[in-house]
Amino acid sequence: MIEFTFWDIVRNLLLAARWTILLSIVAFIGGTIVGLTILFLRISKRRMLRKFGEYYIGLFQGTPLLMQLFLLFFGLPMLGIRIEPWTAAVLGLTLCASAFLAEIWRGGVEAVPVGQWDAGSSLGLHYVSQMRLIVLPQAFSMTRAPTVGFLVQLIKSTALTSIIGFEELVRTSNAINNATFEPFKVYGLVALIYFALCFPLTRYARVLELRAARY
Amino acid sequence: MGYVLDFGWLTDASGAIVNGAAMTMFLIAVSAVAGTVLSILGAAGRRSRHAVLRRAIAAYVELIRNTPFLVQLFFIFFGLPSLGIRLDPVVAAILAMTLNMTAYTTEIVGAGLDAVPKGQREAALALGLRPRQVFIKVVLPQALKVIFPALTSQIVIMMLESAVVSQIAVRELTYEADMLQARTFRAFETYFIFTLVYLALSIGLRRLLVAGGNRMLSGGLS
Repeated sequence: MIEFTFWDIVRNLLLAARWTILLSIVAFIGGTIVGLTILFLRISKRRMLRKFGEYYIGLFQGTPLLMQLFLLFFGLPMLGIRIEPWTAAVLGLTLCASAFLAEIWRGGVEAVPVGQWDAGSSLGLHYVSQMRLIVLPQAFSMTRAPTVGFLVQLIKSTALTSIIGFEELVRTSNAINNATFEPFKVYGLVALIYFALCFPLTRYARVLELRAARY
Repeated sequence: MGYVLDFGWLTDASGAIVNGAAMTMFLIAVSAVAGTVLSILGAAGRRSRHAVLRRAIAAYVELIRNTPFLVQLFFIFFGLPSLGIRLDPVVAAILAMTLNMTAYTTEIVGAGLDAVPKGQREAALALGLRPRQVFIKVVLPQALKVIFPALTSQIVIMMLESAVVSQIAVRELTYEADMLQARTFRAFETYFIFTLVYLALSIGLRRLLVAGGNRMLSGGLS
């Protein structure tokens, strides 16, 4: 049996936390890109596209992330598509994040006064430029707090990827726990690491919220 | 390579699906009720005169809200036995879900309490009601009405998150899905069907809560 000192445990957990952070960042960027697409569908003038966006968001918000990951990781290989834990994790979290982000930003877009759209049109701006120059910047600045709040949720969600075998913080802690038989200490430390990652962001979201409330 | 979707296993699996769904609903029912009651106490405590109580509740809320549910579950199920507290998987799941939900709903209930105009409390006190009566009969019903949509969403989110408790071998919906796909080797179809079951449950649960809430919380502040 290998002896683990306290610092061995901490060091291994911190090394594994890199993957949690990387996965969170990649999924957040991916979620932003896909989420923007979904946002455009959701607020489109065409009924069909709007409905599609609505159902997409409803589907991902109405089913457990764990099921989505299982479907990707265990389901796709059955259909002849090989998939690694990392790919499944990134794909699953990206799709899930895109639905949540699109919904958050939709709230922002709808809060932009109609006059802003009218002003954009009267300046002769095309739909895309109107969105890019006038509506989206305001929508984003209004939804900054919930977006950061969602990032916290996303970081916590990466824990689920341990179940499909992605080697991040929780999976590493399971392995360490199996070697040391000190679940109280190991999972306590894991909780602390997550807390250290999430708490500053939660605080930041609170600051943004208070700042937004002042206007 | 052609893969033919086969849903033939469904006829034998309906029992497992119903059992799993019943377990999932049982878990969320217990933890939603316990969580709501605890969060009313928590929100009241957060606004009490005792600084220690206020601090302790704030710390609890932050700790839970900034760590993943899966880690909380593992901590309770695998970690607590080393302190001599050995829990049955179902009990551990309910405990973890309740603790998790309470942290979120404490904030929600608190926001509701703050939303009730101060005049309501003052008027009730002026009528000679005791502080406890003022809280239970005047402030709380109005607060609950305000926060009901947020509370409903939180309960549905918790129901979806409860899929994780399959990891400590609670025989709920996800656990049954794992068992089934191991037996049928039809992972795609199995998880697809179970995802749809979850979707139906979340839509049904939301409808049920909204209908029940409208009936129970009618009148008062809108």
